[in-house]
Amino acid sequence: MNVRSSGSQPVRVEQDVVMARQVSRKLAQDCGMRLIDLTKLVTAVSELARNTMVYGGGGDMDWQILDDNGRTGLRLTFRDEGPGIPDIKLAMTDGWTSGGGLGLGLTGAKRLVDEFELDTAPGAGTRVTITRWT
Amino acid sequence: MDRIPILQMGQFLLVTIQVDMHDQLAMTLQDDLSERISATSARGVLIDISALDMVDSFIGRMISTISGLSRIMDAETVVVGLQPAVAITLVELGLTLPGVSTALNVERGMKLLRERVAAQ
Repeated sequence: MNVRSSGSQPVRVEQDVVMARQVSRKLAQDCGMRLIDLTKLVTAVSELARNTMVYGGGGDMDWQILDDNGRTGLRLTFRDEGPGIPDIKLAMTDGWTSGGGLGLGLTGAKRLVDEFELDTAPGAGTRVTITRWT
Repeated sequence: MDRIPILQMGQFLLVTIQVDMHDQLAMTLQDDLSERISATSARGVLIDISALDMVDSFIGRMISTISGLSRIMDAETVVVGLQPAVAITLVELGLTLPGVSTALNVERGMKLLRERVAAQ
């Protein structure tokens, strides 16, 4: 697997969530992603970027365009140095929320992408990595 | 501060969302709409989201809240112009917008609003 290009975006204030959506949309277009897949990916980005800002106290979105045996993918990592998630199982339950949301952020984002990885521990921040292949 | 314009057309209010909304903008629209419904005694609200290329859980919740809020203020809400890719994503995300009336386009939405108000 080859990394064709990569970069990073801050996710600290509300406007950064909009920027994260726009940047990931552009990247997905560069990958030649179909509109439906692109829409799913950008929606997942919106959910995860908001989590990073609201629950993680701000962080960054790292992106990579990947080449793998003729297919192209976009991998995005949302990382923060926030409080982490104490109960991953609970956080991955539809409808459960620690904030005032609908509890669809993490679980919904997972359904919208091909690969989903959550790495978190109390006090150690949170990293969520998603990948969508063309 | 940014604001999404709310237009009045007879007894209806018209909202066309044409920008990539950040969360505060969505909250402001919710507040502004409830105030306008109260001030104008509007009987219906039409929200055109055809320019939105993404609806996430936050915007979805805003749409549901506006719909519920206007209902208890004696106004009907119809959401129009949901793009197919956006609709598919919403369902996969787990959001089916229960209790929210939708129509394919502005014309059909206005027709639906008129019928609903006439029937009351």
